[in-house]
Amino acid sequence: MEWFETWGLTVTVFLPVLGALLLGFIKKDNEDALKRTALAITVLAFIASTVVVANFDFGGGTYNTYQFEVNETWIGAINANYHVGIDGISLPLLVLSTFVMVLAVIYSWNHWEEPKNPKAFLILMLILATGMNGTFVALDLVLFFIFFEIVLLPMYFMIGIWGDKSLRQVPGFSKPFETRLYASIKFFLFTLFGSAFMLLGFLALYFESGNLGDERTFDITQLTELGASGAFAGWSVAGWVFAAMFLGFAVKVPMFPLHTWLPDAHTAAPTVGSVLLAAILLKLGSYGFIRISLPILPEEAQVWAPWIAILAVIGIIYGSLACLAQTDMKRLIAFSSVGHMGFVMLGIATLTDIGINAAVIGMVAHGLITGLLFFLAGSMSHRYHTREMARLGGNIKLMPVIGGILAFTAMASLGLPGLAGFWGEFMSLVAAYNPLEGLSLGVFRTGMVLGAIGTVLTAGYMLWMLQRVNLGEPNPEWEGHDFHDADKFELTAWVPLIILIVVIGFYPKVIFDTTTDAVTSMVDMVFGGDSTTASISTTVKGG
Amino acid sequence: MGFEIDYLALAPELVIVVTMIVVLALDLTLRRDNKYWTATTAVAGTALALIPLGILAINGEVVSMFDGSYVVDEFALVLKGLFLVSGYIVFLMSHHYIESDRYYQGEYYFLLLASILGSLVMASSRDLIVLFIGLELVTGPLFLLAGWRKGDAKSNEASMKYFILGVLSTAILLYGMSLIFGLTGEVQFTAIAEATADMSTEPALIVAILFMIVGFGFKISAVPFHFWAPDTYEGAPTPITAYLSVNSKAAGFVAMLIVMYMALPGASDIWAPALWLLAALSMTIGNLSALRQTNIVRLLAYSSIAQAGFMLVPFAAAAVSGADLEQAFGATLIYLVIYAVMNLGAFAVVIAGARKTGTGEIAGWAGLAKVDSIMGVLTAVFFFSLAGIPPLAGWFAKFEMFRSVMIADPATIALAVIAAINAVIAFYYYAKVIKAVWLDDPTGEFTDEAEAEPAGSLKLALAVAVALTIAIGIYPSIAAFVRDAAQVLATGG
Repeated sequence: MEWFETWGLTVTVFLPVLGALLLGFIKKDNEDALKRTALAITVLAFIASTVVVANFDFGGGTYNTYQFEVNETWIGAINANYHVGIDGISLPLLVLSTFVMVLAVIYSWNHWEEPKNPKAFLILMLILATGMNGTFVALDLVLFFIFFEIVLLPMYFMIGIWGDKSLRQVPGFSKPFETRLYASIKFFLFTLFGSAFMLLGFLALYFESGNLGDERTFDITQLTELGASGAFAGWSVAGWVFAAMFLGFAVKVPMFPLHTWLPDAHTAAPTVGSVLLAAILLKLGSYGFIRISLPILPEEAQVWAPWIAILAVIGIIYGSLACLAQTDMKRLIAFSSVGHMGFVMLGIATLTDIGINAAVIGMVAHGLITGLLFFLAGSMSHRYHTREMARLGGNIKLMPVIGGILAFTAMASLGLPGLAGFWGEFMSLVAAYNPLEGLSLGVFRTGMVLGAIGTVLTAGYMLWMLQRVNLGEPNPEWEGHDFHDADKFELTAWVPLIILIVVIGFYPKVIFDTTTDAVTSMVDMVFGGDSTTASISTTVKGG
Repeated sequence: MGFEIDYLALAPELVIVVTMIVVLALDLTLRRDNKYWTATTAVAGTALALIPLGILAINGEVVSMFDGSYVVDEFALVLKGLFLVSGYIVFLMSHHYIESDRYYQGEYYFLLLASILGSLVMASSRDLIVLFIGLELVTGPLFLLAGWRKGDAKSNEASMKYFILGVLSTAILLYGMSLIFGLTGEVQFTAIAEATADMSTEPALIVAILFMIVGFGFKISAVPFHFWAPDTYEGAPTPITAYLSVNSKAAGFVAMLIVMYMALPGASDIWAPALWLLAALSMTIGNLSALRQTNIVRLLAYSSIAQAGFMLVPFAAAAVSGADLEQAFGATLIYLVIYAVMNLGAFAVVIAGARKTGTGEIAGWAGLAKVDSIMGVLTAVFFFSLAGIPPLAGWFAKFEMFRSVMIADPATIALAVIAAINAVIAFYYYAKVIKAVWLDDPTGEFTDEAEAEPAGSLKLALAVAVALTIAIGIYPSIAAFVRDAAQVLATGG
């Protein structure tokens, strides 16, 4: 296994893109071979990531020590290295990514949206997988940047080619656009705008690391060491650097007011695209905050934390209110992401171990739950050919299985205790009550109260959606239609998600056992310890 | 020293000269049906010239000739390599394109070889006269080549505009140079540098430098001296457009930078703000104008104006803030090399695509990927690379550019922010082409005749460009060696 200890992560990351190359050599009309190869590749990548889990030393160690580490020279001239590694924070996200990818391939087995072309779609999915997996394990800022950007290309094509073809009037243009065209370019431009500034931030860190004595470096572990020791504390432009990186990550999360690409992109994307966007792509942003912004610029993080918290809370409330105004089921789910990611960001903004733990479990839970919701929305619109909630209704009578799963997932999404969604919201509110010492209690406690109101609103719109979609009598227009309920591919893709939602809901320790050590030692290391450190285990056991 | 001639050091130039003569002789003797041999000779000659270049590079010896006016060092070799390889790719692109016109094949290759020879001379020049001769040898033949499609009014317009503005800029440039000579009595860069070291308030020097910047500005089509470019690019035969936007632009670029860097370092107070302005204007105006283009060649014309702006950024930023110019020079060189590769690729795609769709209008390319997915992939690769999206080569060029402007100085930070915003704007119009090819439904008919298939030589050009674009993108160290070449200049060639 020694070989795997070194190259395990590399295999997990690059297997998909090699698979994409392989698919290039298979004939376009040989759909079976294409699907089987893609499935085999994603399953292998998932197995590789589980082998990583199996060999992972959960004993911990302190923050900033990574396992399965590889550090090879990549671009010698600028001292950028191929440095990958994994710790308790990134492990759950990596596994989530490889896992959801398998389900996405299974789901797409017989769900090809127009204009079909499974070959191109699967190739894009596999490239996307490499970008996502890579972001979670990259320990070099340049490498991180590359992986962070790689996901844009396939997603752009996914939305643009297979997306929603209905026409849409865009302000400022006389002719209506197809929604897919509008959404795909908007998605790309927003993200690119953010990442251009993020790159400037990375470069500033690189030069400053050189001024601090040693060689200039992009290495996240070395920069973290510098940051934790307070080396960047007196740096005059540190605030700007934090802001530049904030732009890059906040667009991706997305945080209010940079979120406007999200409802368009999620709604227009084909089902699998929406699932991957919601389940994994959004996490790249919040992961960036935890891995890069907080540890490297802790002083700035403390200055900015209240503002991040305020934006997060606005996101929660705004997202929920926007949901209440939707008539389109998929758009409602899309907006719910704004709210849920608001809780994640609120947790991060507290700068405490509870808050960051909440953020990680919140990310995983949101990935599973919202991913499943988008699967369901896709399958329903596949059958009804509409996503208008006014025309749906009585769904559970027409399709008991899909309706039942939808009810279950909506419950999970509104944060019902006992299901996965509960922990992230609950703990981030707990953390907001008691943020890192020195942060404004007023802001965070107000945030907590508003966040709590947000959970009520979340329950409100989710139940309202259920009422309109699932309950009541079926719309007369569906009379005589023979709807087939969930097929075996759909169930194969969904049941694992359902199981995980229940398991994490009842036994969140599976996540916390991985994350707590890393998170606690990170908070200790960069924010000089914290009074709430001890209470984490009681909170967890209490549940 | 003295006038001893090292023939090995001059071998690349000599090989090109011999090839030119052979091409002309063949053209006189061959029958019309066998004229393609001129093309083969030109391609072979260019490839052959790379051999002595390789030997010189391995030797790593600095050869200085004609009292130091003509120097073959690492810097010159890197540039000569760039000019020869991109010239080679242009020949590959030309082959089928020119053959189908059926006239003056021999002259075409002769003129293009002459232009390449000019760029080789320019790369080695270390005094104003050799530099001027080299630079004019680059542009002179292009006046004719731009008007090659004689029957086409647009091609005539292209040639005319290029000629008139080219001659005007030459005159201005030469006037600036003569003023420098008048002030210092020197033509060699190092001697001028010494003489002008404490002359930066001298009005005549200011005028001289500004004249030279205007002259070079025309050559690299920087805003506001860019008006000829879109029309000329559109009217000229596409391979010549590719050559104009890569080789001839690179030649002007390098000429400008070495003059500023080697001959006038003491006067950077004068030229630094001017370059800053050129950079900011070229990026912004180039990009904003590109947004409205509907013709793919015009789009690439404006894109190349904007790219020239990006290339100027490192140098302008470093000079304005008084930082290390050597770093900036390296970044600009890397940008040039990567830009050459991906822009030639983009033009090769345009040639192949225009054959397939029968038009250069972007709207006419709608749905191309549906009939020809390889063309679709190639379009995506080159245009996304031009936009600077990883993991394609363009990202490293932009990255190096941003890296060199990270200097804590208000003027450079402003330039960095302008560049960052422009990078996003640029993406929009590059994506417009990709959108047409991939996302739109076909509106017209595509030719599916065998004749529409790209010729073998064009395929080779595409293959070389795509391989380099992806390889440099994933492992940028292959291109990073170029940076070292800039250091040679600093230590005095």
